[in-house]
Amino acid sequence: MTELTELGVKAIRDGVAAGDFTAREVAEAHNVAVAAAGELNAFIVTTPDHALAAAEKVDADRAAGKQLGAMAGVPIGMKDLFATQGVQTTAASHILEGFTPEYESTVSQNLWNAGAGMLGKLNLDQFAMGSSNETSYFGNVISPWRRKGADGFGGNADLAPGGSSGGSSAVVAARIAPAATGTDTGGSIRQPAAFTGICGIKPTYGRCSRWGVVAFASSLDQAGPMARSVEDCAIMLGAMAGFDPKDSTSLDLPVPEWEANLSADLRGKKVGIPKEYRMEGTDPEILESWERGKEWLRDAGAEVVDISLPHTKYALPAYYIIAPAEASSNLARYDGVRYGLRELPNGAGLQDMYAATRAEGFGDEVKRRILIGTYVLSAGFYDAYYNQAQRVRTLIARDFEKAWAQCDVILAPTTPTAAFALGDKMDDPLAMYLNDVFAVPASLAGLPAMSVPAMLNGEGLPLGLQLIGKAFDEQGVLNAGLAIQQRAGFDAKPEKWW
Amino acid sequence: MSVDQTTVAKIASLARIKMSEDELARMAPELSQILDWVEQLGEVDTSQVEPMTAVIPNTLRLRDDVIDADPLTGGDRRDAVLANAPAAEHGFFGVPKVIE
Repeated sequence: MTELTELGVKAIRDGVAAGDFTAREVAEAHNVAVAAAGELNAFIVTTPDHALAAAEKVDADRAAGKQLGAMAGVPIGMKDLFATQGVQTTAASHILEGFTPEYESTVSQNLWNAGAGMLGKLNLDQFAMGSSNETSYFGNVISPWRRKGADGFGGNADLAPGGSSGGSSAVVAARIAPAATGTDTGGSIRQPAAFTGICGIKPTYGRCSRWGVVAFASSLDQAGPMARSVEDCAIMLGAMAGFDPKDSTSLDLPVPEWEANLSADLRGKKVGIPKEYRMEGTDPEILESWERGKEWLRDAGAEVVDISLPHTKYALPAYYIIAPAEASSNLARYDGVRYGLRELPNGAGLQDMYAATRAEGFGDEVKRRILIGTYVLSAGFYDAYYNQAQRVRTLIARDFEKAWAQCDVILAPTTPTAAFALGDKMDDPLAMYLNDVFAVPASLAGLPAMSVPAMLNGEGLPLGLQLIGKAFDEQGVLNAGLAIQQRAGFDAKPEKWW
Repeated sequence: MSVDQTTVAKIASLARIKMSEDELARMAPELSQILDWVEQLGEVDTSQVEPMTAVIPNTLRLRDDVIDADPLTGGDRRDAVLANAPAAEHGFFGVPKVIE
């Protein structure tokens, strides 16, 4: 029998339902893999008992002949940005170290209701701010992938698993979890998925409830699944999504039957290729993967058309005003009074306590973004920075609206390069930000977007392709992703060294 | 437009983050670099567009005007609310003395 840790969401769920193995056996196998992967530093806390308890319930329900949920028997990793009742939730920050929620986030509760169990809370960039998982208070996550250094150089350098969902991408790629939750504010699901050769989808803004998700930039934050196939993403997204009255921006729409409606037949569909994504400095191998992607979609019956998204180059600077502005407001709640860390120097008053707590509790990148956000929202600068950025955001959304007159889905690279080494970009915040150049426009427009693995580059590292769809059309994104998956035949996985 | 160390100190004070002179000296050029880069948004003609307010058109809902309509987010949860407080006393959040 195949090792249980090699199986994806669908294979586990169907195997448990068919009685090929028990949910408990699956949970145990994954708990062992989790315990053996300490070197990756992907988990902040592990919760083997949670996974076992969920599995036992599924096995008991099956024995009793009860209907099993869409994720029944599937143990998953939970990004430590989701509040989990009774289990520490930190957002990878010192300021929330020890915080143990009294409630469960809607998305995680939906997954438990569907029969999933939790292997542990996954490491991430602090407050989801970063693209390499190097800003966590709990240390870097190390990618399971390594370069194949033909010349003997760089072969063993620790690589970034991407960020901010770096713990999620690392464990799914390393066959430690069949799937994990991610959140995407400006690429935090898609970029790590691309870096590690897995799939990840950010749905339309509002599909997944933000209730109980530690807030970064509320107008952009969306949860989504990360898994090793398009089908697994479709199943898990279906379990995560749904209307939630506790989130004022939750979409009051039925959740489509994404899994049942998957089809790689793209006849009659048009795929847009945005010319502005062909940027200077993009890795030639990334461009090659893009060319292959076009061929694959043509082969699936789609017509490939050139389109223009003229404001693309302004998306990233607009994002780096809007996201820090919202973050500076959202993170004002960490004050040493209601939860988390408190620093109270001798004789300090309330204001000193706030400032000391936040100095001690936030990492450098979080401080940088709070300061930028505070600056662009401050009197005298609000209009020039924040309002201008929100106007540009309107133009970016309008670019996509116009493009939909010509195409049904957009194909682009996910990232401008393959995974870089840890430490490569930490001294230059701007170089780090530029890694999300292809991911951010869809975030600003609230559109569903997915990364699927396309190929390995010359160094043996995965490259991802991105599909962007119309609002509410996750199905179109998933279907195009499936067409690529079937033709790319990507089955590479990292060689185990941990 | 770049920000100098004095400006960063003022922003840090507004954001209630205590920063040493060393940190301010390190942060000022980093923030300047980022702010210089976002300046390029000034090139875009936005005279004819409104700032975005909602990325997906949606209407805000009102909940039923009932006490504790949703027991999870309603009242009567004092102990749960205080459970993670660094200093909870007598059913309240404790803070340093604010009145001399």
